[in-house]
Amino acid sequence: MNKMLKYIIADILRTKVMIGYMVLLFVISFVVFASESNASKGVLTMMSIVLFMVPLVSVLFSAIYLYNSAEFIELMLSQPINRSQVWIGMYTGLGLSLIIAFCVGFGVPMLLFASNHGWVLFVSGIFLTACFSGIGLLASVKVRDKARGIGTVLMIWIFFAIIFDGMVLFLSFQLADYPLEKPMMIMSALNPVDLARIFVLLAMNISALLGYTGAVFNAYLGSGLGRLICATVLLGWCILPYWISLKWFKKKDL
Amino acid sequence: MIEIQHLHKSFGKFQALIDVNLLFEQSHCYALIGPNGSGKTTLIKSILRLVIPNSGVIVIDGKPCGSDPEFRRLIGYMPQNPRFPDSMTIGQIIAMMKDVRGDQQPDEELIKNYHIREMSNKKLGALSGGTKQKVNAALAFLFSPKILILDEPTAGLDPLAAEILKEKILLEKQKGKLILITSHILSDLDELASDLVYMQDGKVLLQQNTAILKMETGESSLTKAVASLMKNHDEPSLISNE
Repeated sequence: MNKMLKYIIADILRTKVMIGYMVLLFVISFVVFASESNASKGVLTMMSIVLFMVPLVSVLFSAIYLYNSAEFIELMLSQPINRSQVWIGMYTGLGLSLIIAFCVGFGVPMLLFASNHGWVLFVSGIFLTACFSGIGLLASVKVRDKARGIGTVLMIWIFFAIIFDGMVLFLSFQLADYPLEKPMMIMSALNPVDLARIFVLLAMNISALLGYTGAVFNAYLGSGLGRLICATVLLGWCILPYWISLKWFKKKDL
Repeated sequence: MIEIQHLHKSFGKFQALIDVNLLFEQSHCYALIGPNGSGKTTLIKSILRLVIPNSGVIVIDGKPCGSDPEFRRLIGYMPQNPRFPDSMTIGQIIAMMKDVRGDQQPDEELIKNYHIREMSNKKLGALSGGTKQKVNAALAFLFSPKILILDEPTAGLDPLAAEILKEKILLEKQKGKLILITSHILSDLDELASDLVYMQDGKVLLQQNTAILKMETGESSLTKAVASLMKNHDEPSLISNE
């Protein structure tokens, strides 16, 4: 259906980064799962690694790949191909290759050692990959310069992975006298990494690790509904950045 | 045929194209000239819709070109600095272009004359500027498009390769193609161009048949005619509307 897709995937698979990412994930997951006697403990250890690594690799790789494909994109756009075809080819090509690498690197050890608990983490890893590839697309279409673009995606990643938690904590201390439950739920919906974490922990029913936002989700919505809402919002996070980047790309001067 | 009406484009505060009105007809070869930064490449990219104009209409073969990309099937484009994906080989990129266009009997004359087949296993990233330009030319002519847009086509080519390209351009012109060339090498254009379009600061100052132009300026070559034109460019008498 999309001729672009096959060339993009073939091109991405030629880069060694993808293989490296897959092997690294595989080795880490294998070692963690094999050395942990309790499968759910293994999943929790892997959770912190996946929530840290998957967004970083996805957003960086997507942005760098797009900057390096500027020539290819220009070449394609001087052919009878429209912009949305090129862009959806880029998104699906990047998303699919990263997801395949994640499925092999994390999925295989997960199936071998922790097939009962690991699947939630597996699903949230896929969500995060798609979402952060979209953010990479968004940054690369807006920021013209490659170095600044890479800086931008790193800042976005640091914000979601580290700074955001600090902000939530700070706000909850400062505003401790007020009923914060609902604003907190909205806050966590603004961070895909946080959502993915809550999604995993709700499924595993480990209230001690839920944190403030997670505990609110659990108390207000219960595990089932909470997970459903998390997954829906995460899906929105996979679509929204891509959708905005497509709008921008259609108007971009090359 | 390309018809451009009231085309405006600005990048931020910079006005790259100001009210450009032009008509390009089949079996003519237009030389688009002007100083650096006069808007030549922006104009070309607007025709291809690589640059989205702020306002104005571009009609190609009777159809206004918008988001439907089919009009690009009519165009062979040779960009200024050939930029290709580095990791692909020459053979792969030619095969890919054939697949993407997916029609017609390809015109492989330039591929043959430039001996590109023999290099088909070379990576594009490892090519010299001149060889890249050869590939660039071969790709633009590959599908015998009705319209050829060539941005500095002879830049970086050795004299022999440039000669091959010029002959090819003349041949295509005789076949009734519309050819649009920008170049700073006016002696190259002298042999090719039937019409001259002079741009400066985003405006079209002159569109004129080259024979008439030479007559008006009293010069024998295009180089001299243009030189005398550039000296007097602010004289309104030279701005004619054809």
